[in-house]
Amino acid sequence: MSVIYILLTVSVIIGVAFFIVFLVAVKSGQYDDGYTPSVRMLFEDELVKPKTKQSTNTKTD
Amino acid sequence: MENTSCFHCGDDCSNHIIKLQDKSFCCNGCKTVFEIFNENDLTFYYDLHNSPGAIPKEIEEKYDFLSQENIIEKLTEFRSDTIEITTLYIPHIHCSSCIWILENLNKLNPHISDSQVNFGKKTVRVSYNSVKTNLKSVVLLLSSIGYEPYISLDDFKSDKKQINRTLIYKLGVAGFGFGNIMFLSFPEYFEVNEFWLDQYKPVFRWLMFALSLPVVFYSAQDYFISGYKGLKAKILNIDVPIALGISVLFIRSTIEIALDLGSGFFDSLAGLIFFLLIGKFFQQKTYDFLSFERDYKSYFPIAVTKINPEGYEETIQVYDIEKGNRILIRNEELIPMDGILINGKAKIDYSFVTGESQTVTKVSGDKLFAGGKQTTGVIEMEALKSVEQSYLTQLWSNDVFNKNKEDGFTTITNTISKHFTIAILSIAVIATTFWLFKDASKAINVFTAVLIIACPCAIALSAPFTFGNVLRIFGKLKFYIKNASVIEQLAQIDTIIFDKTGTITSNKNSNAEYDGDLLSASESLVLKNSLRGSNHPLSRTLYKVLDAHNIVTLDTFEEHIGQGIEARHDDVNLKIGSANFVGNPEEISVLNTAVHVSSNSVYKGKFTFYNSYRKGVSKLFNQLKKQFDLVILSGDNEGERENLKKLLPAKTKLIFNQKPEDKLEFIKYHQSEGAKILMIGDGLNDAGALAQSNVGIAVSEDVNIFSPACDAILDASKFKHLYQYIKASKSAIKIIHWSFVLSFFYNIIGLYFAVTGQLEPVVAAILMPLSSISIVVFTTIATTLLGRKLK
Repeated sequence: MSVIYILLTVSVIIGVAFFIVFLVAVKSGQYDDGYTPSVRMLFEDELVKPKTKQSTNTKTD
Repeated sequence: MENTSCFHCGDDCSNHIIKLQDKSFCCNGCKTVFEIFNENDLTFYYDLHNSPGAIPKEIEEKYDFLSQENIIEKLTEFRSDTIEITTLYIPHIHCSSCIWILENLNKLNPHISDSQVNFGKKTVRVSYNSVKTNLKSVVLLLSSIGYEPYISLDDFKSDKKQINRTLIYKLGVAGFGFGNIMFLSFPEYFEVNEFWLDQYKPVFRWLMFALSLPVVFYSAQDYFISGYKGLKAKILNIDVPIALGISVLFIRSTIEIALDLGSGFFDSLAGLIFFLLIGKFFQQKTYDFLSFERDYKSYFPIAVTKINPEGYEETIQVYDIEKGNRILIRNEELIPMDGILINGKAKIDYSFVTGESQTVTKVSGDKLFAGGKQTTGVIEMEALKSVEQSYLTQLWSNDVFNKNKEDGFTTITNTISKHFTIAILSIAVIATTFWLFKDASKAINVFTAVLIIACPCAIALSAPFTFGNVLRIFGKLKFYIKNASVIEQLAQIDTIIFDKTGTITSNKNSNAEYDGDLLSASESLVLKNSLRGSNHPLSRTLYKVLDAHNIVTLDTFEEHIGQGIEARHDDVNLKIGSANFVGNPEEISVLNTAVHVSSNSVYKGKFTFYNSYRKGVSKLFNQLKKQFDLVILSGDNEGERENLKKLLPAKTKLIFNQKPEDKLEFIKYHQSEGAKILMIGDGLNDAGALAQSNVGIAVSEDVNIFSPACDAILDASKFKHLYQYIKASKSAIKIIHWSFVLSFFYNIIGLYFAVTGQLEPVVAAILMPLSSISIVVFTTIATTLLGRKLK
C-alpha cells in the first residue's frame, strides 16, 4: 500500500476532527453571543484588585 | 459653581449633591447602590467604566406577583427541587461594567450560584438556589442596584424561542467540503498525464465526490426547496437557475468521473455553494437587543393586584381579569384594561400609546384607557373590559397583524432572475442545437457547460452583500432595519406619513409662550421659585423654559392638587394654575394647554404650551417635498394646525383627530390607489398604521425600551437625517444594478468558453470564484463609500 493512502487518510481524519469540533462548538452555543465573552475574558485580573482598593478605602475612612 | 456629575449614574447633580467618600451622587438611590457595592468589594464596577449606573426605581410591591407558582413556572427555563434558572431581560445593560456587576451577583446574594450576561440580547441568565432564595428576591436585588429587569406579558408565552443555527451548520459543512475538495483537485489543475497522478486519479476523484455529497444535499437544500416552490407558484425566482446550475454541476461531474471522462467540477460546485451561503449569512444581520415584532404584550404587566369584595388583595394574571373586578394600580404600573377610576389621584402617562409624554390628570369616575402608566401613588379602578377587548388592544385583532409584508413583494434579484433564466435557457438550447449539427458528441457537453457557467452566483450575491452592508452602516448610524427587503421597499416609497406627537415633536421639552401683562422682576423670581417646588409636569416644563433666577426661600407655598400653586415672597402673592384658580373665569376654552398667573389677585396672563418640534423638522420636510407626498396624521385635536402650517411646506396635508383604526384605513385606502407608503410613528396607537404601510419606521427616544411592531427603528436623534437614509437606499439599489452589469460581463466571458465547447474545470474553478469575489469587493467598496457620504 502506498504512502499516499496513509497521508490521505490522515488529512481527511484531521479535517473531519476539526469539523466535528466546530459542530460541537456551534451546538454548545459558542456562536450565539459573539461579544460578551470578549469582555468577560478581561475580568480575570480583577480578582486581586478590589482587595487592595478596599484596604485603601478603609484607611481613608 | 462647576457642574458635578453623579459618580454612579453620570447625571448632572449640581442642584442637590449628596457626598460620600469624596464622591458626589445625584440622589439617595445612586448613593445606596454605591454603598451596596462598596460593602461587597464590588467597586471595581466604577473602574471599568465612568458612571455606568442607573438610578434605582422605587418598586415596593410591584413584584409581588413573582411569588406566584404558575408565574414562576412560566418565567423559569429550568426548575428542580433546589435549583431554578431564569433569563431576565435588562434594558440598562450597556457597558462592560454592567457585564461585570451582573456576573458577580453571587457576591451580593450567596444563593445565586451563577449569572451570565448576553450583551447582545441584554439578558442575564441567573441560576439560584430556590430553597434559600426565590425569583422575587433576585429581581428585587437587581432592581435595587439599578438593573431592573423588564418582565412583561410577552415573557408569559409557554414556548421558548429556539435559536436557529442551521445556517451556521450549513456554512460549516460547505466550507469544510470546499476547502478539502480544493486540496484534492489541485494536482489535476496543472499536471496532466503525469504517471503518479494517473495512478491515484480515481481515489482523489471519488474522495471529492464523497465530500461534495453533504455539500449538495445538506448545505444547498434550501435552493432546491425554494426553486421548487418558485416553479410551483410559476415564479422564476433566483433559486431556480441556482438549483439548476447546482444539479447540472453535480450530475455532470459524477458522470465524468464515473466514465473517466474528466475530473469534474466538484471544486466549483462546493465553492459556489459556500459563497452563496456566505452571502446569506452576511445578509442575516440581526439586532438581538431590538425586537421588531412587539405588540401590546411586550408592555403589559403579567399580573396585577385585584381587590376582592371581601377587601383583601390578591395578585392575579391580567388575562384573568373580568369585567367588574376591582384592580389596584401602583405607582409606575401600567393600566392593563379599560376601566373607571374609583379611588385615588390618577396621573396617567399615555406616552406608550400616543407618544405624548405630558401626564393626564383623572379624577374619580373618569374613564381610564388601557396602556397608560400611573405616575403618582396608588389608584383603585374597576375593570370595564377584559384585556383583549380594551380599546387599544382591540387594534391587534385587525388582519394586518397576521400578514407577512414580504409576501407579494418581488425583490430586485427575482425580477432580474426571470429574464436571466429565460435568456440562459435559450442560449443553452441554441448552442446545443448548433453543436448537434456540427459535432454531436460535444452537444451535451456544451449544454451542461452553459448551465454551469451561467449559474447566477454573482447575481445572487450582489443583493445580499449590498443590503447586508447598508444594514450595518445604517445600524451604526442608529437606524435599525429589520431585514434587507425593507431597504428595497424604502427605495420605492412615494408617500410619507408622519404621526405628530412624539414623532415630529420631541417628548423631552415643549415650549411655552407668555401672553399677557409683563411680569415684574420680583414676580418672575417668585414664579420661578414656586415652580421649583412643584412636581406637576406642567410646572416642571415651565420651570425649564423660564430664565434662571436666584434661589430664594418662599414665605408661604401651598399646592392645591388639580388646581394650582399659591406662593408668597415679600410683597408678592402669586397664584399659578388653571383659569378658575387664578380668578379669570372669562377664559374661553382653547385647545392648547395653558397655565395662568395672577399676582396679588390681579390677573396677569397665561403661558400657553406648544409642542416643541424636533430639530430640523422643517428642513427635513423641505428636502422631502420635492420627491414625496407628505401627510401628517395625528390623533390630537387641531390646536397645532396653525403652528404646523407655518413650519411645514404648503403642500403637506394635515389631518387631525385620527383614531388608530382611522390611521390604518387611511393608509389602506391610499395603497389601493397605488401609493407606496412610508409611515413614521412612535406609539402603540400607530401600530396598525405601521403594520399596514409598505415600510413602517418607529421613532424612539430610547431604542431599548419602547417601539411598536415595525420594519425599522430610528433613533430620535437621527430623525432629521431621514432623507439621507431614503436616498442611501436608492443608491443601494443603483449599486446592485451596477453589480448586475458586472456579473453579466463575467457571464459573457464564461458563456464564450461554454458555447465554443472548451470549458475546462480549471477555467470554471477560476472564473466562478473570481466573479463572486469581485462582486463582493465591488459592492463592499461602493456601499462603504455610500456610508462615508452619510456621515
